[in-house]
Amino acid sequence: MIEVDGLSKRYGGTVAVDDLSFTVRPGRVTGFLGPNGAGKSTTMRMMLDLDRPSGGRVRIDGRRYRDLDRPLLRVGALLEARSTHGGRSARQHLRWLARTNGIGEARVRAVLDQVGLADTGHRRTKGFSLGMGQRLGLAAALLGDPPVLLLDEPVNGLDPEGIVWLRALVRGLAAEGRTVLVSSHLMSEMALTAEHLVVIAHGRLLADTTVDEFVAEYAGSHVRITTPSPERLRAVLTSAGIRVGEGDGGVIEAHGVGADRVGELVAANGVVVHEIGARTASLEEAFMRLTGGERT
Amino acid sequence: MRTLLLAFQGELTKAWSLRSTWWSLVLATAMSIGLSALIGLGLRDGRLSDRNTWDPVRYGYFGLTIGLIVLVVFGVMLVSGEFTSGTIRASLAAVPRRGVFLTAKVLAGTAIALVVSVVCGLGAFLATQPVLGDRGTTLGEPGVPRAVLGACLFMALMAVFAMGVAAMLRSTALCLGIMIPILFLNSQGMANLPAIRPVTQFLPDQAGLVLMQSVQQPPGSVGHTDFGWGGALLVLLAWTLAALAGGFVSIRRLDP
Repeated sequence: MIEVDGLSKRYGGTVAVDDLSFTVRPGRVTGFLGPNGAGKSTTMRMMLDLDRPSGGRVRIDGRRYRDLDRPLLRVGALLEARSTHGGRSARQHLRWLARTNGIGEARVRAVLDQVGLADTGHRRTKGFSLGMGQRLGLAAALLGDPPVLLLDEPVNGLDPEGIVWLRALVRGLAAEGRTVLVSSHLMSEMALTAEHLVVIAHGRLLADTTVDEFVAEYAGSHVRITTPSPERLRAVLTSAGIRVGEGDGGVIEAHGVGADRVGELVAANGVVVHEIGARTASLEEAFMRLTGGERT
Repeated sequence: MRTLLLAFQGELTKAWSLRSTWWSLVLATAMSIGLSALIGLGLRDGRLSDRNTWDPVRYGYFGLTIGLIVLVVFGVMLVSGEFTSGTIRASLAAVPRRGVFLTAKVLAGTAIALVVSVVCGLGAFLATQPVLGDRGTTLGEPGVPRAVLGACLFMALMAVFAMGVAAMLRSTALCLGIMIPILFLNSQGMANLPAIRPVTQFLPDQAGLVLMQSVQQPPGSVGHTDFGWGGALLVLLAWTLAALAGGFVSIRRLDP
């Protein structure tokens, strides 16, 4: 469990993280969502004591990170910024990390296998692609078999196959009862991986809720109707007390109503329609709505 | 204590897993021994400046200065490489206590530098003295073992000094740009100006010259200082400890 309590970080006059409080619980994937520059990476770095908070605190299973004995056995982290020396091979990088925390050589082999670097582990990381670098970062995070995992933008640089693999890995780790925090600026990715969401923008907490509740609350579902006589349809819907909007390409959107009711109304009034479709808005739209469309 | 021991093992593994460690140490050894012997060939019959007294140990160690440059580069890169490569983030995630991390790194670097320094200091002496012929000496002569030990200590301490400076400055180029002139150009230039000599004699390379002397040099000559062998050792220790202290203060305030 990770507890963030009143966490703040200022760089000079710029506020990167502003009085942030939330809890990441074990057994589920928590998505840490926000636009680029929202303060996600800074928050995760403060969790690892890599950045000093200007205020507030972080506790991991009740303790400060720097007070953890052999921390790699407690917390595994994939950071966004590069943290390997190009002159070392993947295996050598994992080997020195393992030594610092008294982790045996068998784990080095196991995690190289697990992330699919068994055949390239002897190569110097200088020649690694972004995706291979991410896999090595994941191997480092998994090295101590830790109950808490912090993954900052883990899908960055992964190919489609790698992304599918990562989703399964992350969900599997949570299913084993681990605390898993995954940051992303991609809503669609979070929709597929996370069960719980912590949403921030400008360093402030916007939402701390389940994915389903988040969509229900912020997305606003509606019915989309395509018609050759939009004026008439508008009049029919409005007189029935339905809020009407206009979507892309002249599509009429009816809010707060089901497709069945819309169908009955157009039939009763003899309006010609070409298409009626119920639309459940996406996490992406919910996010856009919540952040006021500031992400472009 | 266990944390420090594990961190130390990690730092040793880290150092040996880089090719730059191997080539710099091999080069330092080859330069120290090879160049000292080569220069010794030229000195066996040649004349020295009238002001200086012949000292087989010190003059047999000319090549050591070049080896020392390479060893200093090793010390700088061991620490600055953490910052230039970004490895520092992984290092501090694995060993979050800044003091433990830097202590482990400096201890590992010191252990390596010490072994290499002894190989260089002793090797250069044993290779050069026979080349000097009649002008050479042996470890049995008075003052010689102390001067050989001094040469080894000088090299090792300067490598550690370099680690401290690198922990403060974090940039390879900046470190070398500052250290090489201070350590190596001084003997040829500034230190010989009588007006500033009372101050420049305390620079590390001047103290280092005294450490590797088996014969006291007369006043006014290169290598003469107001302090003796023990004083020179204290001067070098002071430089090294000051650099390390700066490194520790700097790393405590570090947000990588």
